[in-house]
Amino acid sequence: MIKPDRIVTTTCPYCGVGCNLQLYVKDDHIFKVASPFDSPVNHGNLCVKGRFGYDYVYHPKRVTTPLLRKIPQTPGKRTQAFDLSDWREVTWDEALDHVADRLIEIYKRDGSDAMAVYACAKATNEDNYLLQKMYRAIFRTNNIDHCTRLCHAGSVVALQQAVGSSAMSNTASQVSQNDVFIVTGSNTTENHPIIALQMKDAVRKHGAKMIVVDPRRIELVDFAEMWLPLKPGTNVPVFSAMAHVIVQENLVNHEFIANRTEGYQEFIKSLEKFTPEYAGEISGVPADDICKAARMYAGAKNAAIYWGMGISQLSHGTASAMALIHLAFLTGHIGREGTGLNPLRGQNNVQGASDMGCMPFHYPGYMRVDDEQNAAVWEKTWNVEAGGLSRKLGLTTTEILGQVHEGGIRSLYIMGENPMMSEPNLNETRRHMEQLEFLVAQDIFITESAAFADVFLPATPFAEKDGTFSNTDRRVQRVRAAHNPRGQARVDWQIICALALRLESRLGSFNQPETRLNSAFWEYSHPSDIFREMAGVNPDYAGVTYERIDNVGLIYPVPDEAHPGTPTLFTEDFPRGRGKFYPLDYVPAMEAVDDEYPFILTTGRVLEHWHGGSMTRNSSLNSVFPEARMEMHPADAEIHGIRNGDPVRVTSRRGEVVLRVIVTEKTTVGVVFIPFHFVEAAANLLTNDALDPQAKIPEFKACAVQVFPARMEELANPAAMVDRGRY
Amino acid sequence: MAITFFMDGKEIKTEEGKTLIEVARENGINIPSVCVHEATKANALCRICVVEVEGQRVLQPACIVKAANNMKVQTRSGKVLRARRTILEMLASTIDLSDAPEIQNMMAEYGASFNRFPDAKRRESEIQDDNPMYIRDYSKCLLCWRCVQVCADDAQYTFAINFSGRGFETQVGTFFDRAIPETSCVLCGQCVAVCPTGALKPKREFLLEQGLSPQDIGVLNSGRKKRK
Repeated sequence: MIKPDRIVTTTCPYCGVGCNLQLYVKDDHIFKVASPFDSPVNHGNLCVKGRFGYDYVYHPKRVTTPLLRKIPQTPGKRTQAFDLSDWREVTWDEALDHVADRLIEIYKRDGSDAMAVYACAKATNEDNYLLQKMYRAIFRTNNIDHCTRLCHAGSVVALQQAVGSSAMSNTASQVSQNDVFIVTGSNTTENHPIIALQMKDAVRKHGAKMIVVDPRRIELVDFAEMWLPLKPGTNVPVFSAMAHVIVQENLVNHEFIANRTEGYQEFIKSLEKFTPEYAGEISGVPADDICKAARMYAGAKNAAIYWGMGISQLSHGTASAMALIHLAFLTGHIGREGTGLNPLRGQNNVQGASDMGCMPFHYPGYMRVDDEQNAAVWEKTWNVEAGGLSRKLGLTTTEILGQVHEGGIRSLYIMGENPMMSEPNLNETRRHMEQLEFLVAQDIFITESAAFADVFLPATPFAEKDGTFSNTDRRVQRVRAAHNPRGQARVDWQIICALALRLESRLGSFNQPETRLNSAFWEYSHPSDIFREMAGVNPDYAGVTYERIDNVGLIYPVPDEAHPGTPTLFTEDFPRGRGKFYPLDYVPAMEAVDDEYPFILTTGRVLEHWHGGSMTRNSSLNSVFPEARMEMHPADAEIHGIRNGDPVRVTSRRGEVVLRVIVTEKTTVGVVFIPFHFVEAAANLLTNDALDPQAKIPEFKACAVQVFPARMEELANPAAMVDRGRY
Repeated sequence: MAITFFMDGKEIKTEEGKTLIEVARENGINIPSVCVHEATKANALCRICVVEVEGQRVLQPACIVKAANNMKVQTRSGKVLRARRTILEMLASTIDLSDAPEIQNMMAEYGASFNRFPDAKRRESEIQDDNPMYIRDYSKCLLCWRCVQVCADDAQYTFAINFSGRGFETQVGTFFDRAIPETSCVLCGQCVAVCPTGALKPKREFLLEQGLSPQDIGVLNSGRKKRK
């Protein structure tokens, strides 16, 4: 039995559930992870990532020294350098001076529109707040975004339009109070494992009925009352047909509609075409099942909807989320405990990074950047001269890379993100990355994206820093360092402050020639100072302090220091006043199947891995799921003569990958599934970069592919196969 | 409904429906237990928590027996103490309790001998090291069932493990004795979290105990190695 030197209480660095962890530390190494059984979020339950997936912190490939590229990179000839021999180890001073010199050179030459930054949904609120502050206050640009664009942008835009607030309306633990709940576009068991446990408890112990609407036969179907296996990209007709049934059979909550919503009359006219039969024909879901599901949801005392990327990651992702919002409005299943509209957020701090203003349209607290009053507040906070901050909406993640060219974006600063894995149509992403004039990577590994950089700034993972994460429940929780940063690595907020001071001194009076020189302030002594500055302006966080969340996190909005937090939103009204119905049309996925590309490819994640894989693939998790495998239905496999474990080549109009097949009824006929964590067979080489017109989210969930047999030696690692017995 | 009953002569008022162990803990009376855990349903398996209830012929497990009106309970009578001591002595004679400090403390408290049954057969088995996340050393397993419960519907709904065998041969195992990765196990480690005896242990902790340094261990990438 190993006696720990200390036990550090912190928050899990993986999905948005935000499980509470206890890190057992001996000789400055974590050797065990536990969780208190009275933790409010996860009640002591963890998944494999949270309990065992921490050892990426100690991976030999982790970079802990600042690096500069040996061969200067130029636009159009930029290359990837994964090997340390392509880099020169330098001091922090040299690395930061180099970054400051180059960024200032580009800014002075080409102005704000040449600058862009990717924030990080894995980093803390404090890290993210400072990063957007640096780019807004110094470079006067709103070209700030992060991976929220790639996961829930469709949900965020729809909720902002219809409700005026984009987070989960209720907490995940309230699932136990649901009588009926819909899970759609979310493989909760693998992607939010602890919320899935609460869903199963709701069914088995509290008598709730679950309706799964998903193209895959996910594990939750074992616990569901109904499974509606729709074709990828047909959410709008299915959920609109449910709305049609609810209206036709007069299952609507007239009082709620009259008192809390607007646009109902126009909306029900738009529903006429969405008969269950019409939706059934498009989606493949039997019309009777659509009717039955509609009656169950509408007839429940308390009903809620939980959704994931299967709703938002489509070229009509905003409309898909809107169709769900309509169901809640029609039935009044919102604004009470045990109801609600609940987009399950994917990353540990994607909610927080959004709250911190790491988005091109918003300052912290979702304050629009094109609003004079908002800009004035932040100008005052950051010592910026009146009128100094940009009022122009910035570019989104997907647009930033698309505009890398002379006269467009010239420099990019990436904190922790890995667009070379996470963007759609990666061959196109590669061409854009090659065109950058200057690229900074602040990361812990030389990821596929960091490999393109001119400068690598070694940062710290969750286990080496203090701060806060905000989980999918809107709960703001503490993150605490288990030990010091490895090697010369520095915590992210200190890197940003050190760089910002250099930028300001080089900038001189460039931004403010008429006024005296002001610093936006970067001399913080602890993350709590940063948090206090942010919470002083962001009304949602106004009452949150480090002292208050020392033991248990608070659920924002927390308007003042006496406020207990707000688990249930919209009990009286919506932030925009009345909830607004938006008439919808069915727009199919941009790419239809045809003879050349007869399968629909849908992408997603697996239990053991996480996103671009920079953490999980460098941890012990990789050994239990070491390679990409494509799910194919037995009926399709038989027609094509493909057996379980066979290597195949999958092609789309944009790229190809070779990987092994797993023949399983987890997917449906005509649909194949590939997880996107694996660089050796990157699913995003295949995916379509078509964007939702409003949310700019790419269509990761549906594109057309063909499947051919391949030879075993074409696999990246033919010996990698691991047989697993889990679902 | 409010009830009144007596524990060790002390009059206690409580609500109907609570178990004796719950009421005892609320009132600062220590009833020891091994198999009870806050995350699992009580099963009265280990019997350490037995108490004497007036009018009952045999000792009653406090983890499942509910307090009732006018019930008279002795938590430390001679009969109770002897029963607890004997149970501990039987555990110690068959199981490796070296990683179970709480049970060792109980042994000291109850004056239990590690050598009361010297000719007992010890439950010995090889360490099962078949995955990179945790090891299973059933020489240390006292069959409290917590791991099986959290793997099932007390927590993870995974149902990867259960009792196998009968009587003295009873052991926790996988279906068809498959290696862990080939079962329905999701490697959540919830079983490790509730194990009271170190029979289930994170692989990294296990390797540190074997004398490896954190640097030697690095990132765990495979099971089936370094089997003791």
